[in-house]
Amino acid sequence: MRTVTVVGASLSGLYAARELRSQGFDGRLVVIGDELHRPYDRPPLSKGFLTGRTDEAGLELADPEETAELDAEWLLGTRARGLDPRGRTVVLDDGRTLSTDAVVIATGASARRLPGRHPAGVHTLRTLDDALALRHELTRGPRRVVVIGAGFIGAETASSCAALGHEVTVVEAAPLPLVPQLGPDMAAVCARLHQRAGVRLITGTGVAGLRGTDTVSGVVPAHGALLPADIVVAGVGVTPNTDWLAGSTLALNDGVLCDDGCTTSLPHVVAVGDVARIGGLRAEHWTAATEQPRVAVANLLAGRTVETVRSVPYFWSDQYGARIQFAGRREDGDTVRITEGDAVDPAGGGFLALYERAGRTTAVLAVDRPRSFMRVRRELVRAKERVESATR
Amino acid sequence: MIPVCRLEDLPEGESVRVETTPPVAVFHTEEGELYAVDDTCTHQDASLSQGWLEGRQVECPLHAASFDLRTGQPTCLPARRPVRTHRVTVEDGVVHVHLTVAEGTAAWARSTPVVPSAPQAHSPSAAEGTRTA
Ligand SMILES: Cc1cc2nc3c(=O)[nH]c(=O)nc-3n(C[C@H](O)[C@H](O)[C@H](O)COP(=O)(O)OP(=O)(O)OC[C@H]3O[C@@H](n4cnc5c(N)ncnc54)[C@H](O)[C@@H]3O)c2cc1C
Ligand code: FES
Repeated sequence: MRTVTVVGASLSGLYAARELRSQGFDGRLVVIGDELHRPYDRPPLSKGFLTGRTDEAGLELADPEETAELDAEWLLGTRARGLDPRGRTVVLDDGRTLSTDAVVIATGASARRLPGRHPAGVHTLRTLDDALALRHELTRGPRRVVVIGAGFIGAETASSCAALGHEVTVVEAAPLPLVPQLGPDMAAVCARLHQRAGVRLITGTGVAGLRGTDTVSGVVPAHGALLPADIVVAGVGVTPNTDWLAGSTLALNDGVLCDDGCTTSLPHVVAVGDVARIGGLRAEHWTAATEQPRVAVANLLAGRTVETVRSVPYFWSDQYGARIQFAGRREDGDTVRITEGDAVDPAGGGFLALYERAGRTTAVLAVDRPRSFMRVRRELVRAKERVESATR
Repeated sequence: MIPVCRLEDLPEGESVRVETTPPVAVFHTEEGELYAVDDTCTHQDASLSQGWLEGRQVECPLHAASFDLRTGQPTCLPARRPVRTHRVTVEDGVVHVHLTVAEGTAAWARSTPVVPSAPQAHSPSAAEGTRTA
């Protein structure tokens, strides 16, 4: 294998490049990224970066020394627009082509936009440039901010805007935010965090449209009164970046379809991070994007799947001064048991909740209980390893 | 020199956070050694005293970076910078930390001359654990 091309120069792309080198690939390594920035970390964008606690240097994922050691060719500000059916040629936006022996697909996901035209003042939050634009507007005095969507990005953005002293309203179409992730009981607990911070949370109503011609002036909910707004942030989910693979032979369905080892139908093409649907599941979390590349690269260098991704899903979120951590796979019908602290008053010292099914712990949620969380998360990993070694 | 707690109040395998500026984490390992490092992970902002102590390493409770308590050096990503280490002593049954003076951290360091070439942050002497057994 002489040339490996990584498409996507962010978290999972960088980790893939690191793994290629640490697993012994010493050939030509090309990393293509459509953003102009070197790899940076996204989680702080909705948290410390919006509030000004973290600057651009704090987002950096690799320092110059490490970058030099990787000895890669970085094609930044360059979009890949195609992959030939054999998966041996990457076509770039400017028409150039790049022959390669293997490809790591790490193109992540893009923020979903609201339908229709976006007048000025309407934002999404996925990239550093998005965050810079939003932060700039937030520094221009008190504003009325309406956040559409109360998922993690929406909630964190609302929390940061409230911390900066803005008047914040969150509109969520579902009757309760975060139910798919946390289940109804714990979702209700997290919903209370908004209210405690003085943020208005309106649930059970979608958005019919936006008001304002050049600049946004309000949000029109499907039910209820117009919400005046100077700034609107749409936190309505993401779409995996697979458009550029349309002419390839890869199977695409809300992500690049892979086996349990991140390998596509072509053994020399693997996918990692937010864009990859691995063994039927697509993760949109930081830890998955940092863990999958090790397995993907091992399989790529082996030429077939010799290892599978076997982690227990994990994500964290920081909202309204509370640190939320979740690990495992919750299913509808799991019972929830609070084993530490007080879930009624989640901001008062935090709590630990175990999700259980048939006497087994399936998942764990913690608010400000990192140590206990870590213990249970490790137990979940160990239990999974036991099951897997028993069934092998 | 800052008193932390009585040694018997910090069992082996446990850690405690000292509210200095910046805060310090003191660990008592299963092997009976005491170590102190800056409490805040150099990756983002988790508290290492809440982490997972294994041998002479602590794993951060947020993104699982690991630090060697003897040197403060990260042993895996995502952390890339070391945490400062601090010397720990036990006097009359009380655990004390001796804050490492690194440039620009302790306010009084500016008026107190610091030996210029000493790499204070991870000098082996400051990092040697104190055996309590
Ligand atoms: C604001 C925010 C906060 C978050 N907070 C958390 C959190 O608290 N906890 C957590 O677990 N996760 C969090 N996440 C999720 C986490 O950041 C993602 O899971 C992670 O970034 C995924 O990494 P990735 O490399 O797969 O994709 P991405 O980071 O999306 O990177 C993909 C890169 O590929 C580029 N690209 C796309 N198409 C092409 C193309 N055709 N050619 C070239 N380049 C292309 C993109 O521009 C992008 O730079 C957050 C995400 C955001 C946006
Ligand atoms: S904050 Fe410690 S590893 Fe990220």
